Amino acid sequence: MVKAENVYKTFYTTHKVEALVDVSCQIDKGAVVVIIGPSGSGKSTLLRCLNMLEKADKGHIYIDGVDILDPKTNINEVRTEMGMVFQSFNLFAHKTAMGNLTLAQTVVRKRSKKEAEEKAMALLQKVGIPEKAGSYPDNLSGGQQQRVAIARALAMDPKVMLFDEPTSALDPEMIGEVLDVMKTLAREGMTMVVVTHEMGFAREVADQVIFMDEGKIVEVGTPEHFFQDPSHDRTKLFLSQIL
Amino acid sequence: MVGGIYFATQKVEYVWRWYRVPQYFYYKDTVETRAEIEGEVASLTPRGDQVEVLVRGEDEEELYQVPAEAVMVGEGDFVYPGDVLGSYQKWKVGILLQGLWLTLKVSVLAVFLGIIIGLFTGLARISKNPALRWTAITYIELVRGSPLLVQIFIWYFVLGTMFNTLMAKQGMGQLSPLWYGVAALAVFAGAYVAEIVRAGIQSIHRGQMEAARSLGMNYPQSMRHIILPQAFRRILPPLAGQFISLIKDSSLLGIIAVRELTKATREVVTTSLQPFELWFICALLYLVLTFALSMFVQYLERRTAISG
Repeated sequence: MVKAENVYKTFYTTHKVEALVDVSCQIDKGAVVVIIGPSGSGKSTLLRCLNMLEKADKGHIYIDGVDILDPKTNINEVRTEMGMVFQSFNLFAHKTAMGNLTLAQTVVRKRSKKEAEEKAMALLQKVGIPEKAGSYPDNLSGGQQQRVAIARALAMDPKVMLFDEPTSALDPEMIGEVLDVMKTLAREGMTMVVVTHEMGFAREVADQVIFMDEGKIVEVGTPEHFFQDPSHDRTKLFLSQIL
Repeated sequence: MVGGIYFATQKVEYVWRWYRVPQYFYYKDTVETRAEIEGEVASLTPRGDQVEVLVRGEDEEELYQVPAEAVMVGEGDFVYPGDVLGSYQKWKVGILLQGLWLTLKVSVLAVFLGIIIGLFTGLARISKNPALRWTAITYIELVRGSPLLVQIFIWYFVLGTMFNTLMAKQGMGQLSPLWYGVAALAVFAGAYVAEIVRAGIQSIHRGQMEAARSLGMNYPQSMRHIILPQAFRRILPPLAGQFISLIKDSSLLGIIAVRELTKATREVVTTSLQPFELWFICALLYLVLTFALSMFVQYLERRTAISG
């Protein structure tokens, strides 16, 4: 479904930062993969490279067999099949929840307004806030905003969902409602790549855990292996610090 | 201050004649219909509220249309060329009102063109394409770096002369100074609008664009549906300021023979010798235009505010 081969990414800001160094990984259809690691380890960069919000310098990234780093690939088409959920929600501030959900459906998927609204309503129901359809993002709580953002991504009927620290900007009491939505999605068989610090979520839902540090993938394994019997010292250190 | 000015004008023995001002807005003009041939008034035929006066001479006849109540001749009267057949008074638009209208017209045209130029230049200014970006930067710097007065001269006396001469050689008509004036103002305002647009777009959080792109929208779609609507609301106040400047700058167009409000006022001042009243009136008329624009923009701001 998603495959990265020898991906490199370097940022040149004030100094050179090697965000990704020779990263390869594979995410199967229907799998839930959780990427964890200390901040600055390149996990968000990897996720953003998967839908070209950052362009990888080197390597290959295949989405459903399509090499997105090939200049001939229409990235917009690939992105329609990939939902993305951001840490800071990034809901369109000038649109209501309903407007947020219908816009890309009508503009990109060319659905009729009625069709888009029905779809949007069904998704708002699914994330548990149908009564907020007419509200603007400013009037929603963080948890509600993030649920609308998940619904917005789902409205495009994506094959893969990417989550970039979806609960990091939330107040603790709102984390649960967002994780519940994500767990439901996972149970329904959605292919998911999740960058998170929620170890509980990783342990409970993940099929596979990827641990990254300093731009490299240190360890890949099942949650059982990862949390009970990690093989690398770096992983052990990280887990001892956060658990 | 008003009292002070009044006192000072008394000291210099200025005579205020406000009653002379209205005639420059609206005045009664006498319209006379005069006979062009020598002969007898053969018949007066009413037709609607007009009367057809038929003058028959030795070997020619002429028909004149005169409003019924204005007829000053009767059947059988003998008239000579130049004799008044009918005379009536008609309200006409005065020179100040004409000037105000022209200022309004020039400003509206320049604002529209300025918005279009500014929008596209602003987008080019933040484009990744270096050719587009540097063209935009060059244009903005050139226009902002020289006085508007000089630019108006260049538009009319250099570009205008060139263009009109070329048109004449092709046997085509000339473009009036008005259009060079509009072009000068629009291009001038466009450079400032471009920077306002750029600042507006860049003030929108990067995440908005990323979210739009991640949903599969391409760059133009994201700009149109996500970024520009949000930027528009933010740039309204500085945009209003820019266009108020533009209305006032249109007063410079008098120098290329566009008879807008300021030039009209200058002409009236030379004939009437009432500069005090007229310049105050002129300022007041500009205020009417700029205030109306301010109100309109405030209305837009309220309308585009996020409700709820």
